[in-house]
Amino acid sequence: MSNTLKIAALAGAVTAALAAHSTTATAAEQEKCYGVSLAGENDCKAGAGTTCAGTSTVDYQGNAWTLVEAGTCAEMELPGDRMGSLEPLDRDLPQM
Amino acid sequence: MSVDQSGFHDALLDAERPVPKGLTDGHGRPAGKRFDIYRNNVAVSLTEALELSFPCVRRLIGEENFKRVAGVFLRRHPPRTPMLMQYGADFPTFLEGFEPLSHLGYLPDVARLEQALRLSYHAADAAPADAEQLARIPPEALADTRMELAPAVRLVRSNWPVHAIWAFNMEDGPKPQPDAQDVLITRPALDPLMTVTGAGTAEFVAALINGETLGTAHQRTTGAAADFDLAPALSLLLGGSAISKIQPAGDISCNA
Amino acid sequence: MPDSSALFDQLPPAPGVGYKPQHFTAIIEDASPVEWLEIHAENYVGAGGRPLAQLRALAERFPISVHGVGLSIGGEGRLDPDHLARLAHLCDWLNPASFSEHLAWSTHDGHFLNDLLPLPYTNATLTRVADHIDELQRAIGRPMLLENPSSYLAFAESTWSETDFLDEVARRTGCGLLLDVNNVFVSATNLGLDARAYIDAFALERVGEIHLGGHDSDADDHGAPLLIDSHGRKVADPVWALLDHTLARSGPKPILIEWDANIPDWPVLAAEAARAGAALDVLAKVPA
Repeated sequence: MSNTLKIAALAGAVTAALAAHSTTATAAEQEKCYGVSLAGENDCKAGAGTTCAGTSTVDYQGNAWTLVEAGTCAEMELPGDRMGSLEPLDRDLPQM
Repeated sequence: MSVDQSGFHDALLDAERPVPKGLTDGHGRPAGKRFDIYRNNVAVSLTEALELSFPCVRRLIGEENFKRVAGVFLRRHPPRTPMLMQYGADFPTFLEGFEPLSHLGYLPDVARLEQALRLSYHAADAAPADAEQLARIPPEALADTRMELAPAVRLVRSNWPVHAIWAFNMEDGPKPQPDAQDVLITRPALDPLMTVTGAGTAEFVAALINGETLGTAHQRTTGAAADFDLAPALSLLLGGSAISKIQPAGDISCNA
Repeated sequence: MPDSSALFDQLPPAPGVGYKPQHFTAIIEDASPVEWLEIHAENYVGAGGRPLAQLRALAERFPISVHGVGLSIGGEGRLDPDHLARLAHLCDWLNPASFSEHLAWSTHDGHFLNDLLPLPYTNATLTRVADHIDELQRAIGRPMLLENPSSYLAFAESTWSETDFLDEVARRTGCGLLLDVNNVFVSATNLGLDARAYIDAFALERVGEIHLGGHDSDADDHGAPLLIDSHGRKVADPVWALLDHTLARSGPKPILIEWDANIPDWPVLAAEAARAGAALDVLAKVPA
């Protein structure tokens, strides 16, 4: 592409983007809350009692681990997968 | 005898260690299970923080499994600051190396998406750049223009249908199809907004994040994704209030 | 640091509640009888976004108390300078009516354990806590209130009573005190102490704020009652009675309802605040 064409391409795209932008200025009003507002809040309660996670002596080494029950991963049957297990997909993208 | 905080700390995180000596029930008897209140508070409160921050990972592997993964994680990676809003930055990488869940190859990327949403939510406010400023730049100067993106902008690139998996679990979206997805997170006002972009747009945004000029970013992207269309990509950024600064060539008043 | 109880009278002697984001709309519409709000400092030291936007909006309408839950004032290590700077920044832009923290530790060897962990009441602890409070008060440029903990166990090595310990820290540093009446009830039950005697021994003239919260019940190895400061239910009746006992001695104080788990809809929380308001009203009608 010649420099002139490159300049024209950029200028054309900017003009088109600005035109589109002026008609979608209300994007902020359309957004949804994704419910992350309570992510990891600090507080000063104590509530776990004396009999739960902190006193188990067996689970936390990461060995001898078995899945005790499946979550929704088991529902995602993608073609060619074993249940709940998506295989990595090849894609034709340059490395960043 | 005196109880130092090292001994207290170690016994908190490892229930196989005995309760430190010198702790009593107020009547001279050993504290016994009274110490477990603290053990539980540490483990349960940090688990709850992870549950709130990674709800999609939790749904994918189930509540019980999540608690057990969290129990391993919080002992290997206790928080390094008192800000729980930041706790779990290491969780995606941890999941990557966690053998019992290695058959769920997409799990680390789902955690990355959730972490990116959280970071976007708490990121600094930034007034969007005036779009009219772009209109005033002469066409021949556009190529050397740089754009600074708002602190709330995040790009998550995945070899998995990471947004579809998220939407399936969190919004009753359709079953994910095998696909690679790139997700641009913007924050037009106060809530993070996810957009699945084409690979070209993701490449373009990544180039802008790296501080490249509009011309270089455009050239690099069209070289990699021939069907890349700049106008909708710019439109997406403008609409998401994602551009916080437009720097024409020669303006070195701020860092690119 | 000047030693003046007037410094600890910045909140109104009226009901307040711990602020939760899910109550934002209800509070903006009609907060009565709540007259002031408390936030946990660590949730408002992020860079921006909705949490800070909400706080700015609330601070225009209500006196705000900043309650730190993560500085680890009783920690053996030095205070985290980054966290001190965050708290100083928050106090700087928000200019809260009050700043408070806990007599506890939570960070060791760079690990934040997210719990208010107990301290032995010794001379060594006293020196350390006083030094850390001096450092904090310098950083935030104002006196703080120090809160009495909920205790589940005791240290054999302690040589001070908790009330004397708090009084001495306050004398040395010029800080005020935050009296958590539920914590007094919980600790007294758990350690077999007399809750009213504890209140009677407390330096009430230095109290700038009172906390109330709900607790859960458990039992120790010997079947003795073990109360837990869960903040997940209504304030227990004996704690309300202990509040009356306190107010009769202290006079009117700002009273905060803490509800951090199983968070109810706004009307339930407002009703708890109204009960605190009623306790203050009764006080106003009793001739001094």
